[in-house]
Amino acid sequence: MSSPELGEVILDLKDLRVWFPIRRGLIETITGRPRLYVRAVDGVSFEIRRRETFCLVGESGCGKTTTGKALLRLVPITGGSARFRPSKEVAEELERRGVEFDEDGMVDIFKLTDKQFHPLRRDIQMVYQDPYGSLNPRFRVRDILEEPLIVHKIGETRSERLEYIARALEMVKLTPVSEFVDRYPHQLSGGQRQRVAIARAIIMNPVLVVADEPVSMLDVSIRAEILELFNILKERIGLSFIYITHDLSTARYVCNRIAVMYLGRIVELGPADDVIQDPQHPYTEALVAAIPEPDPRNRARMRDIKIKGEVPSPVNIPPGCRFHPRCVLYEAALKRGEPWAKLCTQAEPPLVEVKKGHYAACYKHEAARPKGFTG
Amino acid sequence: MPLLEVRDLRTYYYTMRGVVRAVDGVSFTLEKGETLGIAGESGCGKSTLAWSLLKLVPPPGRIVGGSILVDGMDVTKMSEHEVRSKIRWRKISMIFQGAMNAFNPVIKVGDQVIEPLLLHTDMDREEAWARAEEMVKHVGLPPEILERYPHELSGGQKQRLVIAMALLLEPDIVIADEPTTALDVVIQAQILNLMKRLYREKGMSIILITHDLSVIAELAERVAIMYAGKIVELGPAEAVFENPLHPYTQALLKAVPRLRGPKERLYYIPGAPPDLRNPPRGCRFNPRCERRFEPCDREEPPLVEAEKGHYVACWLYARR
Ligand SMILES: Nc1ncnc2c1ncn2[C@@H]1O[C@H](COP(=O)(O)OP(=O)(O)OP(=O)(O)O)[C@@H](O)[C@H]1O
Ligand SMILES: Nc1ncnc2c1ncn2[C@@H]1O[C@H](COP(=O)(O)OP(=O)(O)OP(=O)(O)O)[C@@H](O)[C@H]1O
Ligand SMILES: [Mg+2]
Ligand SMILES: [Mg+2]
Repeated sequence: MSSPELGEVILDLKDLRVWFPIRRGLIETITGRPRLYVRAVDGVSFEIRRRETFCLVGESGCGKTTTGKALLRLVPITGGSARFRPSKEVAEELERRGVEFDEDGMVDIFKLTDKQFHPLRRDIQMVYQDPYGSLNPRFRVRDILEEPLIVHKIGETRSERLEYIARALEMVKLTPVSEFVDRYPHQLSGGQRQRVAIARAIIMNPVLVVADEPVSMLDVSIRAEILELFNILKERIGLSFIYITHDLSTARYVCNRIAVMYLGRIVELGPADDVIQDPQHPYTEALVAAIPEPDPRNRARMRDIKIKGEVPSPVNIPPGCRFHPRCVLYEAALKRGEPWAKLCTQAEPPLVEVKKGHYAACYKHEAARPKGFTG
Repeated sequence: MPLLEVRDLRTYYYTMRGVVRAVDGVSFTLEKGETLGIAGESGCGKSTLAWSLLKLVPPPGRIVGGSILVDGMDVTKMSEHEVRSKIRWRKISMIFQGAMNAFNPVIKVGDQVIEPLLLHTDMDREEAWARAEEMVKHVGLPPEILERYPHELSGGQKQRLVIAMALLLEPDIVIADEPTTALDVVIQAQILNLMKRLYREKGMSIILITHDLSVIAELAERVAIMYAGKIVELGPAEAVFENPLHPYTQALLKAVPRLRGPKERLYYIPGAPPDLRNPPRGCRFNPRCERRFEPCDREEPPLVEAEKGHYVACWLYARR
């Protein structure tokens, strides 16, 4: 992959928390049982640069989609900050609405009122997980793409808007354009639908696109086509992507960096190839070991499963390192009598740099242990 | 004699907007104790083929030609009653695509798991439950799990139950339609290990259907590649993966992302699979084929044996 030069930081997310309250029954409310929360995202931080593709990977339910939605303020924000660098047009509009910028020219999108946030919906776009559910079945492709232009008052006349629409469709290679503008979603294949969704996201010339990969089975070929499109868009119009996926092996082809999430937190973050080839967290190791490859020699061997049990509920997060009940490394360290193993049940390990630009949250790394810890 | 022999099978859907030729002249055999993988893009007819083998094609679909021989009996000629008493669950059982999401939410999973036993044997509920407990242990779950309701189980646990259910009557053949799609990689690896173990211990024959070639490589000894209702390549797994002959198979393999090794640009197959109401003339892959030449859009290529046991339907290999 030819990777273009990365630009300045466009998003600086710090300690994002999204907790969904669980509805209590009448009895629980009366007896004053404490409120319980689904801690979907529980302290996530990362930075994204211009022209960067940043991957969030992890098992189902670990909080990937919720993290993406938080950036569009589609879920209630429990805590944290998200400093964002708007495009020039949007920055001017924000100034008119009395928004203050910090010394780096960034705004905290969690601090804005709904009214102030509205113009930012141009700059941050999301492509949803399900290409079937996210397009209105009664709209033609042209209506689907025209709607955001009308909402954000882009293009004075219909024909001007049509020009934007044609350009977006060309960009996602739904050509000849005249062949596609009048179709309804059901007249498109899964991959074509996904491309319409991408066209809708990029038609506004955004700064950041959050692309949530469908879990529903897209064929490898369609997936490859969409990933290739991301790479082209990144080079051509300087977009940044957050790409959400289950699949480390596709992540490797598009991402500059990968963040591995477990139960609402990032447990490892680093350059894409480095994370896959030299994982620094036992959870990442387990994920990498589990991925099948198209090699018929694999038939002769059982897969090594380096993880115990099942994902705990995000309501009852284990104390200490939230991964320890499933961690084979912790189990082995405990057996060997490693002094650091007792840290695993005591406090959440911090995300520390263990190689250049490569971070992990695990006590097996000395840097994660408290200062002066000797056991 | 092979355990299963499918000859020139045709299954069409008669829709208002035309006839969908979802399975259109498919032939293969399955030997005792063998695992056959069937791969191909979404919509190429894999599930329709599987339903046909059990005579469970949903309307407006219908088997319109060919034969399916199981122990010398032709399933296509049997009455519904005969299929139910002689074939389904006993001879051939199926892990349906998405079955783990089809548990009834208000009934204990145990009562749903034992249903085939109650329908197809003369066991009473107690005997059936005991049998189910055995099978549940076999797939690596605690037997108490049968007392639970679907929402109390994880996706991986439900999928194990679906597998246990398919094994209850110890059938000769198990058809697994996308058994790991939509599961997380760790759970997928666990299910694949389980299937490997069961296959070794029980000596069953398995037909594994999936669009994921990496999953096929984990289990299948022989591989069939389907495109637009037809088998275009069939052979031993090693031959198909290491020396693919059909340009479609070559393209599919090139599009699989690799976790290790050099990282070229991800390849994809331009264009889309054809509309099965109106498939292209000649070879159905020809409009998307990089190696198309003069006969391809005129005449359909026959399936020929290009190397020992390795078949391909492509004019590059067939004599005209
Ligand atoms: N609106 C909500 N109310 C309550 N809980 C929620 C809500 N949305 C998500 N959750 C919970 O938050 C957790 C994280 O969900 P999220 O959708 O972010 O996961 P994900 O990583 O995107 O998973 P997948 O890979 O399955 O899409 C899950 O336990 C989920 O059940
Ligand atoms: N009930 C139906 N009525 C009409 N057409 C149908 C019906 N069911 C399937 N088809 C069509 O038959 C073809 C084959 O479908 P099938 O479900 O067998 O494909 P598949 O290979 O299993 O796909 P997937 O990988 O998406 O599961 C498709 O073109 C599909 O649209
Ligand atoms: Mg999600
Ligand atoms: Mg199917």
